[in-house]
Amino acid sequence: MKRLIALIAFALAAPVFAQEEQSSAPYAYRQLDDAAQEARAQDLMETLRCLQCQGQSIADSDAPIAGSMRSLVRERIRAGETPEQIRGWLIERYGDYVSYKPQLTGLTWPLFAVPLAFVLIAFFLLRRRFTTKGNGQ
Amino acid sequence: MIAELGLAALWLAAALAGLQLVAGSLGLSTRGAVLGEAVRPVAVVQGGLALLAFACLIYVFAVTDLSVKLVALNSHSMKPLVFKIAGAWGNHEGSMLLWVTVMGLGGAFVALVEKRLPERTMLATLAGQAFVSLGFYAFLLVASNPFERLSPVPVEGNGLNPLLQDLGLAFHPPTLYLGYVGLSIAFSFAIGALVTREVGPAFAKAMRPWVLGAWIFLTMGITAGSYWAYYELGWGGWWFWDPVENASLMPWLAATALLHSCGVLAARNALRAWTIMLGVVAFSMSMIGTFLVRSGILTSVHAFAVDPQRGTFILALLAIYIGGALVLFGLRAATVTEGERFAFVSREGALVVNNVMLSAILGIVLFGTLYPLFAEAMGAKVSVGPPYFNPMSALFAVPMLVVLMVGPLLRWRRDKFARVGRSLVIPAMLVATAGIALLVAGGIALLPWLGLALSAGLGWASILPLKARNLRRTPLPIWGMVVAHFGIAVSLFGMSSESAFSIEKLVAVRAGEVTQVGPWGVKLDTVEPVAGPNWTAMEARLLVRYGVDRKVTRMLPQSRSFWAPPQQTSESALLTRWNGQLYAVLGGEAPKVAGEKQARWQLRLWWKPFAPLIWIGGLLIALGGLLALIGRVAADVRRIVAKDKIAYRREKQGR
Amino acid sequence: MSEHTPKSAPLAGRWAIWLPLALFLGFVALVIVGLYRPADRNVASALVGKPMPQFDLPAALPGRPGLDSRVLANGKPHLVNIFASWCIPCRVEAPQLGALAKAGVPIEGISVRDTTENLQGFLQQNGDPFQRIGADDDGKVQLALGSSGVPETYVVDGKGRIVYQHIGEIRPEHLGLLLEKLKEAGQ
Repeated sequence: MKRLIALIAFALAAPVFAQEEQSSAPYAYRQLDDAAQEARAQDLMETLRCLQCQGQSIADSDAPIAGSMRSLVRERIRAGETPEQIRGWLIERYGDYVSYKPQLTGLTWPLFAVPLAFVLIAFFLLRRRFTTKGNGQ
Repeated sequence: MIAELGLAALWLAAALAGLQLVAGSLGLSTRGAVLGEAVRPVAVVQGGLALLAFACLIYVFAVTDLSVKLVALNSHSMKPLVFKIAGAWGNHEGSMLLWVTVMGLGGAFVALVEKRLPERTMLATLAGQAFVSLGFYAFLLVASNPFERLSPVPVEGNGLNPLLQDLGLAFHPPTLYLGYVGLSIAFSFAIGALVTREVGPAFAKAMRPWVLGAWIFLTMGITAGSYWAYYELGWGGWWFWDPVENASLMPWLAATALLHSCGVLAARNALRAWTIMLGVVAFSMSMIGTFLVRSGILTSVHAFAVDPQRGTFILALLAIYIGGALVLFGLRAATVTEGERFAFVSREGALVVNNVMLSAILGIVLFGTLYPLFAEAMGAKVSVGPPYFNPMSALFAVPMLVVLMVGPLLRWRRDKFARVGRSLVIPAMLVATAGIALLVAGGIALLPWLGLALSAGLGWASILPLKARNLRRTPLPIWGMVVAHFGIAVSLFGMSSESAFSIEKLVAVRAGEVTQVGPWGVKLDTVEPVAGPNWTAMEARLLVRYGVDRKVTRMLPQSRSFWAPPQQTSESALLTRWNGQLYAVLGGEAPKVAGEKQARWQLRLWWKPFAPLIWIGGLLIALGGLLALIGRVAADVRRIVAKDKIAYRREKQGR
Repeated sequence: MSEHTPKSAPLAGRWAIWLPLALFLGFVALVIVGLYRPADRNVASALVGKPMPQFDLPAALPGRPGLDSRVLANGKPHLVNIFASWCIPCRVEAPQLGALAKAGVPIEGISVRDTTENLQGFLQQNGDPFQRIGADDDGKVQLALGSSGVPETYVVDGKGRIVYQHIGEIRPEHLGLLLEKLKEAGQ
């Protein structure tokens, strides 16, 4: 959608990065040999935020720091860490902002309570609409 | 001169909008009834003047009149004409002028043709419409005058980012705008109906074409925007749940719900207050979306047309209109009765489920989009992205899709499952078979699995309403419904397939080397420099072959460097087959390993089975809307013609 | 839906009718706060107040030691500056770093995604305040420190604990604050 515009605006606003070379981290642009591990890494990368671009995941960004993060994720997956361990490691350093998957905390519980409330409201609305008086014509 | 003419037309139009508001409001009372007569002509002239102002803006852009500040800032004499013209609305001021123009024309059209509703309701509707327009006129004239002159006159304009010179980007924003403005007309109808308490089938029928039209444009806008993001960003993603995307999705969700509840109100005179509420909500979502994008409150990256002062202005308009409408709703809704009753197993029942689920999804998208803002006010930073939105919206989308298989088959008011049960055997079997087959194949995540299984059943179930009908006599709106629902199945299949079966390959290869991506063999033939008008690029020639013995096709992805302004972009190359799309991107040169002579190039390759169906489905949905709109409007025209004939005959007989 | 006949549920009905307005007012209040209190766009490291992560970076320049995190826990406060030769704001902050070095503050450098030649050129042009420079070629130590860009500067106390993170270039007006933080770290 308008992310394209965002991308352009970003490219315009950030000549600072223009000279910066592509990430040279080993796994920035290289996949893991083990397909199952790569799939796990890919799923995780799609849920981590690129910190320089602010609107993209590290799985779809050319920013060097995204490359470094991809490499970090792949190397740690290869070393046998679970995706959630890696996510936890990054949150420890960057806070919840780095993860597109909100964790259940004192601050984020409404994110999970609201859908639950919607389910209940939807259920009761429909039930009330149709059981108490819905059949009376 | 032309610019002054445009500005004068704009002021006049604004004054007429004021007159329209005053006359419309006074016309509601018995004493002011005589003023009411003026409202329709005033609305027509107001629309005409707004159009004149917009035409003037197009003219100054077409001839590149650099003494107009807006032109100097956004255009360049050397641009192709089509982009000069598109430049007229490719900026904040111009897009606001487009907004009021479309709104004025919509009002004029309503004033000319809409005769079904009681005159009092029409007066209130047109007054409401003038009230909304007035705010935007004020915004334009006070805070963002598009015709402002510049002195001294610059020699040349600032130009436009070369990337913005894309036909798609030129017509994408106005498409969304037409959708937003259509919803503003629906909003005016809702206000008119609330003021006069005339909420009934006639109101729904008058409002429906506007909702349909708006919904078609929103559907196309979202579909096209998603496709551009897909091919332009170069990473194969097509939906990111980004705030700006959500801002365009929310009005669509509300409009979809409104469309369906309108159907209930028109056919059965039920869900009265609810439909009014949705009319208000749908337009609120357009304005909230515009506000979120323009104010730059959510992400600093979306620097395009971002200005906190404008944000404040839009927020003030938003507070007046939506707050006012909701107060009016609170005061009046209690006196608007709920209307006819119906059983759970009925067409209305199914549509109520659709409405509740769509509203819940809307609520979640809105809440999730705003939550980072709330967290920031609390002094913390959080991100809410796909891992939240996907499952949470599926929570409500899945039951809705299940009901969608049954709903269109049910009769109004009361029905029995037993009656429709038999025709649903095949879709149910399809869902079960697809589900089990995929489960056996294994390795598919929950959501794509659900999507694939459901889309199989939905595809079949969506065409069932045509069964036992004479296809030639089937009314167009029924065709529209079938096509749109089938489009949902198609799009759902595309999305799930893309998510479940995509194959990604990142490689660094030398010229002559072959890589396998799923069923494709990709050979890097050459990498050579090419030059464009304002860029140079490295272009890779890829020779690709599907399977083993098919013919070889060429793909030419580029890695472009623009020099003014300096920036790097990847031009992806796409190859579409009936069963999917091959997506190729040329990255940079890979770091040399010691002792290596030949350069290695990074390639990003994806094989995305059935991915194009995502957007084909979207287009089908819009086409369904178009068929329904044509059907409805044709019926209205026939009715008006017939009425005129009857009146004519009566007149003749009377003599 | 949101409305009910007054007979069956008068209270709930009234309440539900005003609910959309209440939600809308909540939205307006929220965005007003957002509009008039522009959020900090920087992503701060969550490690401030915590010990420096363990790392051992190789030397970025011949003849200059690399950076081992154990050096930071030698009892004296340090500045750790994350920089690169390709970063323009790093040139802007170079004079301030020079002034701090002259004042006797030990400054350790971490150069991110850089090459030896570029680095040498950068230091020749902009001055060289660094005691040690570690080469973080793949950006992994930068990630370990919770840094999201260059330049960033960490104040580390004598026990190797991060007490303060400065994001972006150090301008002359920031010097006082940094010296104060260093003083606090020294106590």
